Amino acid sequence: MNGEPLVRWDWLLAHLGPIADRVGQHLYLAAIAVGVGFAISFALAALSIRRRRIYPFVVVLATAAYTIPSFAMFVALVAITGPSVISAEIPLVLYTLILFVPNIVAGFDSVPWDVLDAADGMGYTRGQRLWRVELPLAVPLVVVSLRLASVSTIGLVTVTAILGDSLGGLGYYILDGYHRHFTTEILAGGLLSIGLAVVADRGFVLLQRLLTPWAARRTVGG
Amino acid sequence: MDLIRVTAAWLSDPMHWQGTNGIPSRLLEHVALSGVSLVLAALVALPLGLWIGHTGRFSSLVVSSANAWRALPSFAVIGLLVPFTTVLDANLGFTLYPTLIAMVVLAGPPILVNAYQGIADVDDDLVEAARAMGMKERQILRRVEIPIALPVLATGIRSAAVQVIATATLGATFGFGGLGRFIILGDANRDNGELFGGVVLVAVLALTTLGLFLVLERRLVSAGLSRGSAG
Repeated sequence: MNGEPLVRWDWLLAHLGPIADRVGQHLYLAAIAVGVGFAISFALAALSIRRRRIYPFVVVLATAAYTIPSFAMFVALVAITGPSVISAEIPLVLYTLILFVPNIVAGFDSVPWDVLDAADGMGYTRGQRLWRVELPLAVPLVVVSLRLASVSTIGLVTVTAILGDSLGGLGYYILDGYHRHFTTEILAGGLLSIGLAVVADRGFVLLQRLLTPWAARRTVGG
Repeated sequence: MDLIRVTAAWLSDPMHWQGTNGIPSRLLEHVALSGVSLVLAALVALPLGLWIGHTGRFSSLVVSSANAWRALPSFAVIGLLVPFTTVLDANLGFTLYPTLIAMVVLAGPPILVNAYQGIADVDDDLVEAARAMGMKERQILRRVEIPIALPVLATGIRSAAVQVIATATLGATFGFGGLGRFIILGDANRDNGELFGGVVLVAVLALTTLGLFLVLERRLVSAGLSRGSAG
């Protein structure tokens, strides 16, 4: 734009510090949303497993929340709660629910009945059975959902830039670059936020292999 | 409560229901551009996904890259397109093109992945039986695989549609038209009626799109398939 070079390396070099801060903010905003979203989803999933009848309602509400465009939800919240971290986190958390809840429920559903019976027969209490048998067996689907939610949230954090300059993580550079017609800034913000999503995705694939070595062995053996 | 009152007042003002900046023309703009993007994406992704699912060729490559593609943040994609579209056209390249291209580009992967997955999951015995009955490959795809895979295919198109509507809304930040304009203008003019009017319109459009596609899916899916499932 405006006859400038596509990338101005001097600008990048001069802004390494602030860019690193934005990467930190990006991860921080995403981590809160994924953490809080996971905790709420785990509670909702536990409730859904005990009381099956409420599960469809949970899914419908989580789907509806996910369907409402992020842009609308963010701007609406700013008008109510101001350009704060809370305004950014409420939609981010809501969007994770539909990625977490069905996967956590499916994870626990995937534990075979005879395994649960065997655990009961061995004298495990309900708590022991949950921590030592059900949770490890549910891990693959739970990690898959963590991966989906992290990648999706890292993407959505960029949108929080519209809440104000104090938010947005790397999205700040995309929006600021757009407003200032400054290509270098857009490219830095855009490519780095895609990079973060890719790194998170690969990281969780690795984590899943580490946490469930039996899954890999089974595929190799069978 | 005041928020509800000003929103209702803005939405019911006849002034906002006419002209090129009125609700009907912004809605039409939003829906038309979303429809065009969805059709363009489906024209490429659907045949490709069906073909990969049927032949099994390039499946791991395409699925892994399409999944990575799906992870692309729409805000970053729109932004990243700006430097390149402005070279094509200084005006439209700064307002219309980035979001429109992002809409097409982001709608493809869910359609492709589901088309592939739906066809690949069809029981091999059924395909073999059809082949033994003398069906040609094209007939197998059309009469056996596609009808069975239809629920999965439809899910892909539905999530692409919802995604396209959301991306079009987000595009308002980058000068795109559609219903997102009201939210941008309401925010800029500190007019809560317009802002929340826009939010309501956008939410209703997104949820209606989701609902319509769900109804369509029920209609399309063969009775023999849906009888067995709980949904």
